[in-house]
Amino acid sequence: MPELPILDVKGVGKTYELNGLKIEALRDANLTVKKGEFVCLIGASGCGKSTLLRIVAGFEVPSSGEALMWDKPVTGPAPDRGMVFQDYGLFPWLTVRQNIGFGPASRGLPKKVVKETADRFVNMVGLNRFADAWPHQLSGGMKQRVAIARVLANDADMVLMDEPFGALDAMTRERLQDELLDIWQRTQLTVLFVTHSIEEAIFLADRVVVMEPGPGRIASEYRIELPRPRDVASPEFNEVRRELSNRLHSHHSRKAA
Amino acid sequence: MSATTVAGSAAADAPPKPRGVWRARLKAFGMALIVPIALLIFWDLAVRFGWTRLIPSPAEVAEYMVDFAWGGIWDDAFSATLHIHLLASMSRVYGGFALATLVAVPLGILIGRNDTVRALLDPFLQLMRPVPVTAWLPLSMILFGLGARSAFFLVFLGAFYPILLNTVFGVRGVEKRLFEAASMLGCSASAQFYKVVLPAATPSIFTGLRLGLGLAWFVIVVGEMTGVPQGLGAVIMDGRTLSRTELVICGMIVIGIAGYISDRIVVMIMNRLLRWSPSHHA
Repeated sequence: MPELPILDVKGVGKTYELNGLKIEALRDANLTVKKGEFVCLIGASGCGKSTLLRIVAGFEVPSSGEALMWDKPVTGPAPDRGMVFQDYGLFPWLTVRQNIGFGPASRGLPKKVVKETADRFVNMVGLNRFADAWPHQLSGGMKQRVAIARVLANDADMVLMDEPFGALDAMTRERLQDELLDIWQRTQLTVLFVTHSIEEAIFLADRVVVMEPGPGRIASEYRIELPRPRDVASPEFNEVRRELSNRLHSHHSRKAA
Repeated sequence: MSATTVAGSAAADAPPKPRGVWRARLKAFGMALIVPIALLIFWDLAVRFGWTRLIPSPAEVAEYMVDFAWGGIWDDAFSATLHIHLLASMSRVYGGFALATLVAVPLGILIGRNDTVRALLDPFLQLMRPVPVTAWLPLSMILFGLGARSAFFLVFLGAFYPILLNTVFGVRGVEKRLFEAASMLGCSASAQFYKVVLPAATPSIFTGLRLGLGLAWFVIVVGEMTGVPQGLGAVIMDGRTLSRTELVICGMIVIGIAGYISDRIVVMIMNRLLRWSPSHHA
């Protein structure tokens, strides 16, 4: 009997109604993610990658099909699936430490445990000096570190990331990618990561799921076999990049035809 | 990581150079004095050259102010009564303001959060809003009689709307993202009210409180037209009846200063409580 996947998306579709117009954002998406896997969803805007992620998070209810987390249907947001937003979504009135401790505190853990947990994860993302700073005093990269830490501090089984590094400058983005991989390898985390950067997907993922628009759907999957740490300048990396890029573009040309 | 932000926030934590700060404050203080002093000079000249015969000179007003506060110069019915009138007005301003806060903040939260309450109350409140406080004066005297209760009601009414509207605005304007963040971190829908809605709405509520307190001082003169014996508004009305312009001007000055000080206190509390908000730095 095969290992039970942490996430099993079965025939999920999503149709919105906008001014009486039906818009199919996602059609018949099927995807399984195993514990500890790093999966990237990639595709042009309108391919439904964020919709799929938000359905897994429990923020959106699918119009058809269902998402199963450990074989149980997702009915709403819960701490087992932590989300990292592109715009951080930090609580501006809480300090870095309080933001990171928000989940444990919400779960009603004793104050002492909350503080210890928060401090541990403040440490993990290297923000000790800024533990008592407010979000508006932080740079974008630091804010995203807080957002990642608060999900980890909450013992999430799976981290859902919606273009988390999309708003950061190139150097900060590379550094956070390295840090994320480091944390992922140390903690056996499962990550579902939405991006529109081919390079980012190849650098991070065990498996890249290519999506295409009109209506949004999963087009193909691609396993990245490159050994880690990956070198984005290596010929092997470039080869994978070319192939994936061809796949993405062939979808586009097919659509245009 | 971004060096500018690190340096920037480190600079904000460290105490700035005292001399530079004092020089800047002194300069700001000097700049603020220019217009009032120019006006005083103009006022003095206008009286000296006889452009007006009904307005006393600044020096006369100053002298009367001393008598109003401590007595010993004119020793009339108003000498050394400043504290009595000030306290009477303050009790109405702060009492009316406190009552307005107690009613408007919870009501604003209800209107902002509950569609039924909004459908029930919002149209009515919006319809009543354009009616100026002054227009309520006669009705308020019928309802609450001549005297302090009427004044109290008018102050309450003046402070009520800005607090209510800003509370509704703050409660309704909470970013959707924050609810998503709270729920995926395991914060229940009922706990989100205290953990998300209230803190997110505080800047807006404070803006309402500040405007409300300002308006409370604003309407105190009207409020004290209702035949109360004491209060700065009453002093101004008496001054008018007795043609004692210096008394009117003294009352105006005291209201201005008292209103200013109470506004600074609110701003101080606000800046202290809202240190997290980038738009609320002292």
